[in-house]
Amino acid sequence: MIKTLRTIAGIGIVSEAPPAQDDTLRVREALQQEVLAVLGRALCIRQVDAGSCNGCELEIHALNNPIYNIEGLGIRFVASPRHADMLLVTGPVSRHMVTALRRTYDATPDPKLVVAVGNCGCDGGIFGAGYATVGGVAEVIPVDVAVPGCPPSPERLLQGILTAIRVPKPGADAT
Amino acid sequence: MSLQRWWERAESLPGRAAGGRLVVHGGEWLQVATDAAAAGAQLLSLWVTPTVDGAGMAHVALLIDGAVLLLEQMVAAGERYRGLQQLFPAAARMQRAAADLCGIRCDAPDQRPWLRHTAWSAVEAPLACPPATRPASGAAIDDYAFVRVAGDGVHEIAVGPVHAGIIEPGHFRFSVVGEKVLRLEQRLGYLHKGVELRFTELEPCDAHRLAARICGDSTVAYSWAYCQAVEAIAGVQVPLRAVWLRGVCLELERIQNHVGDLGALGNDAGFAFGLAQLARLKEELLRATEVAFGQRYLMDVVVPGGVSVDPASAALAALVIEIGRIAVRVRELRRIYDDHSGVRDRFAGAGVVLPELARQLGLTGLAGRASLQAADLRVDAPWAPYHVLGPVVAVRRDGDVAARVAVRFDEVDESCRLVAAFLSDLPDGATSCTVTLPAAGRHGLGLIEGWRGPVLVALQTTAAGRIQRCHVHDPSWQNWPVLEHAIVGNIVPDFPLINKSFNLSYSGHDL
Ligand code: SF4
Repeated sequence: MIKTLRTIAGIGIVSEAPPAQDDTLRVREALQQEVLAVLGRALCIRQVDAGSCNGCELEIHALNNPIYNIEGLGIRFVASPRHADMLLVTGPVSRHMVTALRRTYDATPDPKLVVAVGNCGCDGGIFGAGYATVGGVAEVIPVDVAVPGCPPSPERLLQGILTAIRVPKPGADAT
Repeated sequence: MSLQRWWERAESLPGRAAGGRLVVHGGEWLQVATDAAAAGAQLLSLWVTPTVDGAGMAHVALLIDGAVLLLEQMVAAGERYRGLQQLFPAAARMQRAAADLCGIRCDAPDQRPWLRHTAWSAVEAPLACPPATRPASGAAIDDYAFVRVAGDGVHEIAVGPVHAGIIEPGHFRFSVVGEKVLRLEQRLGYLHKGVELRFTELEPCDAHRLAARICGDSTVAYSWAYCQAVEAIAGVQVPLRAVWLRGVCLELERIQNHVGDLGALGNDAGFAFGLAQLARLKEELLRATEVAFGQRYLMDVVVPGGVSVDPASAALAALVIEIGRIAVRVRELRRIYDDHSGVRDRFAGAGVVLPELARQLGLTGLAGRASLQAADLRVDAPWAPYHVLGPVVAVRRDGDVAARVAVRFDEVDESCRLVAAFLSDLPDGATSCTVTLPAAGRHGLGLIEGWRGPVLVALQTTAAGRIQRCHVHDPSWQNWPVLEHAIVGNIVPDFPLINKSFNLSYSGHDL
């Protein structure tokens, strides 16, 4: 016990400041301002692996480490889509996951946000579309923000998540 | 009967000192496999290559005393080859997958699909004749015949494919009485991405990028195995500096995964402190890796002919210091885990795989080593640079979560030592060489001990030097069925802990 406490005290707080939002990641117009104001204070995310190689998941995990400390920003990963405000979806969406992804989306209460993660989530990446994959997440459900990278860094992911829940900066257009 | 006569008939495998390729006919297939099993062979992989008009070639790769025996047999259209599931139980799912992908079946009793759900039909075979791409809407749920357990008070719990945490998708069907698990049946294949067909669309010297993305947590192991296969076909000698740097990358990958999983295991045992500390250490390791190699996860570092980056010596020196610090920190945390009665209590006796069962089922890699299966390719079939610098293999006999945790802690320590040793002896010179594939149909094999276990790549080129067939195999194929045994008799709430202690791949398995 004493070793545990000493380690905690010795290391102290290592969390870093979050990155700024990046409106260029937006693919759809933002939700209404009032909704975002509410969501922005406490956000629940349901992560869905719809075909990823697991590389993106490793970086999503990192958001929970003490350095990125996503919980410190009031953002939590939840176990059910019914508790979620946002789906964080990796892909290329495999055909065998299309139904599960749709059902997860349908089970998420409105208003809901979708962030597509990774080159694969954006457009299918190196796997593309074929007999077993349909390509990016937007082929199956509407996407608000897409974060490229293979895998995207935790900073980039956090930036994508924060962009989705914040009101666009003036002058920034949905791409 | 002895294996000697078979070895005498085998032709050598390009790029491999030991082992050979043996094409057999008729009853010899089963005879060789039987002799090999009697000699203690380990099943590395089983797959099929469609040839023309419904015919194909069945392949099985076995490891016998550090030498690979690649056994092959033609299967005529409409014929079935002999299933090897009696000799090597792990072959059962591989045979079902081969039937799904190639349309060529064996004579095993279980003819249910394995990787195929709804994306293509039973009469199609993507690798023989790619099905037409359909719109996404055609996907429904298929009706898979799970085995039912009947009896007083037995009920089923169905979990997945979408799980409660940040994990890959798969379906688990538990049959339970009260809290106790009577049976687990897995259903995988949700992540099937058509990787083996995609390979044939890529240039051989570019397809390492796809190999690196089959299983993101083992990107170095896969890209290295793929490059080994390409380099064997091209007959090139990779410069020593590149080989040593590949060794550094593979060990960094092992440390990253073990450190991350050890933290998650602490958390699953209710010790959030462990997760916080080890996740922080993993982040520091990833950052040091990025400074040296330009990437946190080493996706495209291993390339045909060498490595794509030659890190600055200052960055490597910093990496060595960081690795040293991490090794010390992990040792301290190990003592804290060991001293914590709650953690000890959850780890000990959970998810036991006894050595005899592990041997029968062919449990491999780190999970095998925790059940007294002392196999590690880095020592048993060492390739450069492990022929000069190998690990001390960590082995435990208890086969429970505690044993798998102990093996992982030992391996972190050992891999930290190897990284420092590789870097202190890092040869000078070039980090890559030119690779030209001959315009002739050739076979090349890659085999690497990744952090989970042996990763195999079997590459076959066309007469024009393009990819004819690229089969990739993750050790999770051998270990998933063993997890079904490990959970029996445990309580459902212990499943996440037991599952995590194996941490098997879905994507690497589903392909
Ligand atoms: S973007 Fe890269 S890391 Fe993410 S799933 Fe695709 S291949 Fe894997």
